[in-house]
This record gives sequence, structure tokens and C-alpha cells, in this order.
Amino acid sequence: MATKKMAIIATKGALDMAYPPLILASTAAALGWEVQIFFTFYGLQLLRKDLSGIAISPVGNPAMPMPVPMPVVVSILPGMEAMATSMMKAKMKKKGVASLEELRSLCQEAEVKFIACQMTVDLFEFEKSDFIDGIEYGGAATFMKFAGETDVCLFI
Amino acid sequence: MNFDKEFDASGLACPLPIVKTKKALADMASGKVLKVVATDPGSVCDMQAFAEQTGNALLESTTENSKYVFFLKKA
Repeated sequence: MATKKMAIIATKGALDMAYPPLILASTAAALGWEVQIFFTFYGLQLLRKDLSGIAISPVGNPAMPMPVPMPVVVSILPGMEAMATSMMKAKMKKKGVASLEELRSLCQEAEVKFIACQMTVDLFEFEKSDFIDGIEYGGAATFMKFAGETDVCLFI
Repeated sequence: MNFDKEFDASGLACPLPIVKTKKALADMASGKVLKVVATDPGSVCDMQAFAEQTGNALLESTTENSKYVFFLKKA
């Protein structure tokens, strides 16, 4: 059985959008797939050493379940994003959902290759020291080289 | 059923039961049997898909007192 391959482009840095790339990558690696994730734009947040700033916002997010119905004007008040984030994290913990840190470590242990988009690293003026070790830096051509050989290729 | 190692995935949500089952199998010799206990209802389909894609045989998949019990034979 030839090794299957998956490439993911991770472009989002909000808490809910941070999960899918890491869940799919860690699972595919557990199934014996070769996996690469290319992190670009806000997806770069997932490579930072400190993931505590990753948040979820009730603003512009009408599908987010709230304990009580909340008018949009309330959801934009100071502190609402922090509250929504801490409630979501508490719920995830209670339901046995892995933290982003844990999923990311599981990916790295399983040799998922992480590639940071050099252009957006420069654009947002990140330093390599902001990011975890064991990642590579590259551009679109780097991604296409692997993506062209994959069985599954996702833009998240 | 006899088994050589047990992994308790109770309380863990997707994808941890599968990812950690893979880790539990890693240091086992071919032919040895791993028992996995999970509480995630999704693990019933997921464990079968895992077995089919990795070649580790799913010998048994049962439900006991709202726990899901699997026996996997390492390929």
C-alpha cells in the first residue's frame, strides 16, 4: 500500500478555525499518511510558542451558541471576546477535546511537516524566535511541489 | 478476549482516541492484541476506519455499559 499524502493550507488564527488543520493532520499521520501543513496569513498564529492569544469572538459569528440570546451590540462590548474564549476553552476541556498545544505536539511527534509562509512571516514582522522549533520556511512553490503529489489537499 | 495491553481512552474526544491508539500500538510486536476502551460514540466508526487504513485487524468492537471496547491485532 503506497503511502497516502495530504497537504493543508492553514490560513485562519481563530480558536475554532485552528482546530481542523491540527485534527486532520494528527489523524492522517496516525493512519500512516505523510502530511504537510503550510501556515500562511493568520494561520501563522498556530506556530507561535505561546498559543494563549488564540481566541474566539462572538462578533459576526451568529452561529455561535450563547448561554443567553445576545444582541450584537452587547457582543462588541470590551471583555466579551475574552469571556467567549474562556467559556469555549472550559467547555472543550470538560468534553475531552485536546488543547491546541497538545494537538500540535502530537502532529510534530508524528512527523507532520510544518511550513511557515515566508512572505507572511515578513509581512507581519514575526521573528523566527516567535515560533516553535522544528518548522521550515518556504513559499508557494514549496507548497505546490508537495501538493502536486497528494491524495487530499485542503484550504482551511 | 485475551489481550496484551490495554489503553483507556475514556473521556477523550476526536481525534485523541485514534491518535493515542496509534501511539499505544507503536511499541507492540506484530500479532499482539491491544484492548481500547473509549466513551466517544464516534470512535465506533473511527476505529474501523483506522483498522482498514492501517492494516491492524479490528478483532472485536462491542459496547459495554455505554463504553466502547475494541480489540486490535497489531499488523
